Amino acid sequence: MSMRQNPGGHLSVARSHELLSGEQLAFLQERARFIRLETLRLISIAKVGHYTSVFSCAEIFAALYYDVMRLRKGEPAFADRDRFLMGKGHAAVGLFPILADLGFFDPAWLESYTRLGSPLGDHPDMTKVPGVDFSSGSIGHALSNGVGMLLGARFQQRDFNAFVLLGDGEMQEGQVWEAALSAASHNLSNLIAIVDRNGYQLDGKVDDVIAIEPLDEKWRAFGWEVHTVDGHDLEALTTLLRAAKADRARTKPCCIIARTVKGKGIDYMETEPGWHLGYLGAEDEAKARETILNTVISQ
Amino acid sequence: MTQLLSKDSWQYREINRRAPSLPTLSNALIALADAGHPVMAGTADLQYSNGLSGFAQRYPERFVQFGISEQNMVSAAAGMATTGVIPYVATFASFLALLCCEQIRMDVAYCKQPVRLIGHHTGISLGFYGTSHHATEDIAIMRSIANLAVVSTADGPALDAALRATVDYPLPIYFRIHRGHDPVVYEDGVAFELGKAIVHGIGKDITIIAAGYPVHGAKRAMEELNAAGHSVGLIDMHSIKPLDEDAIIEASARSKIILTVEEHNILGGLGGAVAEVLAEKGRGARLVRHGIRDEYSLIAPPTHLYRHYRLDGDGIRAVALENIA
Repeated sequence: MSMRQNPGGHLSVARSHELLSGEQLAFLQERARFIRLETLRLISIAKVGHYTSVFSCAEIFAALYYDVMRLRKGEPAFADRDRFLMGKGHAAVGLFPILADLGFFDPAWLESYTRLGSPLGDHPDMTKVPGVDFSSGSIGHALSNGVGMLLGARFQQRDFNAFVLLGDGEMQEGQVWEAALSAASHNLSNLIAIVDRNGYQLDGKVDDVIAIEPLDEKWRAFGWEVHTVDGHDLEALTTLLRAAKADRARTKPCCIIARTVKGKGIDYMETEPGWHLGYLGAEDEAKARETILNTVISQ
Repeated sequence: MTQLLSKDSWQYREINRRAPSLPTLSNALIALADAGHPVMAGTADLQYSNGLSGFAQRYPERFVQFGISEQNMVSAAAGMATTGVIPYVATFASFLALLCCEQIRMDVAYCKQPVRLIGHHTGISLGFYGTSHHATEDIAIMRSIANLAVVSTADGPALDAALRATVDYPLPIYFRIHRGHDPVVYEDGVAFELGKAIVHGIGKDITIIAAGYPVHGAKRAMEELNAAGHSVGLIDMHSIKPLDEDAIIEASARSKIILTVEEHNILGGLGGAVAEVLAEKGRGARLVRHGIRDEYSLIAPPTHLYRHYRLDGDGIRAVALENIA
């Protein structure tokens, strides 16, 4: 019995003829656009939010939730689902519309985003939001949470993958590297970390704040298999994620460094550190919506 | 090469034979696993200090060695719990409660994961290893974290009973335990109920409320003082959260003095918890808090420290007498 939501989960990067079909690619591009548009809509309720943190990983969200991960629509607690964890929990505003779209909760909840008593806040909360596999907010815990999930799964002989989305600023947290060591030491080959390497954090350029390069060499030195990909190239990204998931010969955990642009899709937000957090007035939001609707992001 | 060592020599992996109640944790977890409970255990490079080496040998597939990465261990335990297992993770109480406080709050307690946090070698029991290894703040920190129960058992039998009785408790628990040298209070075993204190008696002069290691000394002090004609009682308040408020209120109605005894800072710990109840609901007894008086404890062999801080039987008896007079 196949539990995959979408077909084609066993592609290898080495076999280029098994790339996404044109139809699949168009579908994922449309989903990434949906994520950006919904992010605009929800932040217009809160009147402040992390647009650019979502825009850098919208393609990553789309690839995981609409192609790569083993999920069942309408069954957020399906025991053998692949897990998704967000070290960069402040991008949850981009996740909630996906979870609603997959039937994990009533889409009407989205209207309550950040309002008094809402389950939906700036960070994902597993105690309130069906489909959130673990809460986050304090940066640096998520990779450890994923390690634990896979240790629990191994003992129970259950077979699922954990995908952990990490911010590049998060690389400055010591606990990430504790988790990286332990994942490699325990041979958690079904752990796939994705670093959203958008280059910026709250106080400026990541490498001006605390330098993290050479990032690929660091992960490799910690015992991980490492790949680098353009995080906006849905074809390359999805193919790589499919292959990373399908590779049962790998004994190491896998780190994918996704080179991205913070604020991707809205030119004045791109690589402008002030836009880590902000708000678009109604007129600018309408223009941004127009821009997103008229743009096909391919790399 | 054959090494000729005298019978007095020993090395660390032989510590079990020097610490009679050290295997309690491991044996209780083995029994729970034998009975079909989905328990797992982990530690941060301290499997010989907490005795989990026994569990690791018996159930290697249920044991996780995290190495010296306590924060990773706590966050991972929360992740493990989401898959349906009950993780027991153990390290020195000083590291667990202070170094991992935020991981405990966010990943374990806020997320309501049934992780069992085992803080061992608590209080001043690590003697001359120093302040870094002493835990005299852990109760105050842990009991301020919502969803988290705090249990401090008096001896091996009490720990065994507590571990077994709480295996199905749906929320996380912090167990504050000793180092395996604790003298036995409950030789014939004891029943454990979370939130229900063990009342050894209510004294007209004084009722001592103690938790953990000092219960043994407090019991001896009670017996000696009663033999000398005083009226002294003792409550073993093993559940510091949820706290047995009824037992405190009753003692406050029947005793002149309530004396709290803990190897912890008198701020925020057992004494603080009892003070909060007495301030709101007390029925007249005067409170005396005995413990570490908001200072960093000295270094010394543990028995010397307990004598110095008057947390052994002689010391507790002396403190009680000073207040009766």
